[in-house]
Amino acid sequence: MIPTPNLSHLKQSDYDLIYEPAEDTFLLLDALEVDADNLKNSKPRVCLEVGSGSGCVTSFIANILGPSVLYLCTDINPHACQCTLRTGVQNHVDIHVVNGSLDEPFQQRLSRKIDVIIFNPPYVPTSEEEAMIAQSSRNIGGAWAGGSDGMLVTNVLLQRIEALLSPNGRFYLVALKQNDIPKILQTMEQRFQLCGEIVLQRRAGREHLFIIRFLRGNKTLNQ
Amino acid sequence: MVRLITHNLLACHAKDCNTNNFPLEFKDVQLEIREADFNPDFLKGFMPKIEWKALVDTARQLGDTSLPLEQPEMLDDEFLKNLHHVLLEIHVEEGSMTCPNCKHVYPISNGIPNMLLAEHEIG
Ligand SMILES: C[S@@+](CC[C@H](N)C(=O)[O-])C[C@H]1O[C@@H](n2cnc3c(N)ncnc32)[C@H](O)[C@@H]1O
Ligand SMILES: [Zn+2]
Repeated sequence: MIPTPNLSHLKQSDYDLIYEPAEDTFLLLDALEVDADNLKNSKPRVCLEVGSGSGCVTSFIANILGPSVLYLCTDINPHACQCTLRTGVQNHVDIHVVNGSLDEPFQQRLSRKIDVIIFNPPYVPTSEEEAMIAQSSRNIGGAWAGGSDGMLVTNVLLQRIEALLSPNGRFYLVALKQNDIPKILQTMEQRFQLCGEIVLQRRAGREHLFIIRFLRGNKTLNQ
Repeated sequence: MVRLITHNLLACHAKDCNTNNFPLEFKDVQLEIREADFNPDFLKGFMPKIEWKALVDTARQLGDTSLPLEQPEMLDDEFLKNLHHVLLEIHVEEGSMTCPNCKHVYPISNGIPNMLLAEHEIG
């Protein structure tokens, strides 16, 4: 059992401003735990979490992979960046946080250098307008509003994954049934030769959640 | 906490700015030195990803001259300790970073660099 990160330093006043870990977060933690051995065997050096929110997920994967990995996080919400830092300190994990959108700050320098990318995106179908306003207001609304198919933000990152991943890199994505998972898998395979596999799925209330792991088409899990 | 390891990975990504956009130049910085656990394995693994000249120049600007101009082949303990200090123990708490090309200013506050661009600045 990998311990769930200690979040006792985060209060309701923080969760008024940032995403509180929920079923999607916990399913992602469970998927990382399922993959713990092959994650370790892949000997990653650089891990990037996009949209780190509370910092819970990066602190958890750091418990799996240990201190010889560089843990980078981005979030558009400045409060989330502060909380991610505090969660790192609380859990003795050295996290490097940048207030930025998606992979933008690191795109140039970390091209083909990132071994693990993680994204639990704003995936909830909303109006396009609500999602665009949420993105530009950089507040808690940006934690879920995902536009008409819930893919407005995710689609932008999906276009960039291939250019970021190291030869042996992998990408974990949280998605909802309404996001059209067969279509995501097909696009990633046809356009980028990235093969996706569902690691875990779970129904939580009205949400049917999936964790997808993508690898380069010429790689298998145990390589 | 912007440390030099993060700084070494940040490039300007403003619209149409894609040459001479790295490294960003620190301005008006407030520094804090905080000890971190020394981990030679981490440093050795990360070294191939460092832009060495950018790191050495930036460290010198911030007053640290401990690193050699060329990345050495022999990684002895003294070198690794200096590298550890430069990459992980110098924290830039406040200040800003300016793009050498388009002069876009990225502010740093409470130790967090703000790399967000306005809609019209995104490439
Ligand atoms: C569903 S929450 C997940 C938070 C956390 N990773 C977790 O699993 O609990 C989505 C997060 O993505 C952030 N986010 C939304 N749009 C983003 C963007 N364009 N770039 C970076 N982060 C973004 C939100 O601020 C929020 O913290
Ligand atoms: Zn620039």
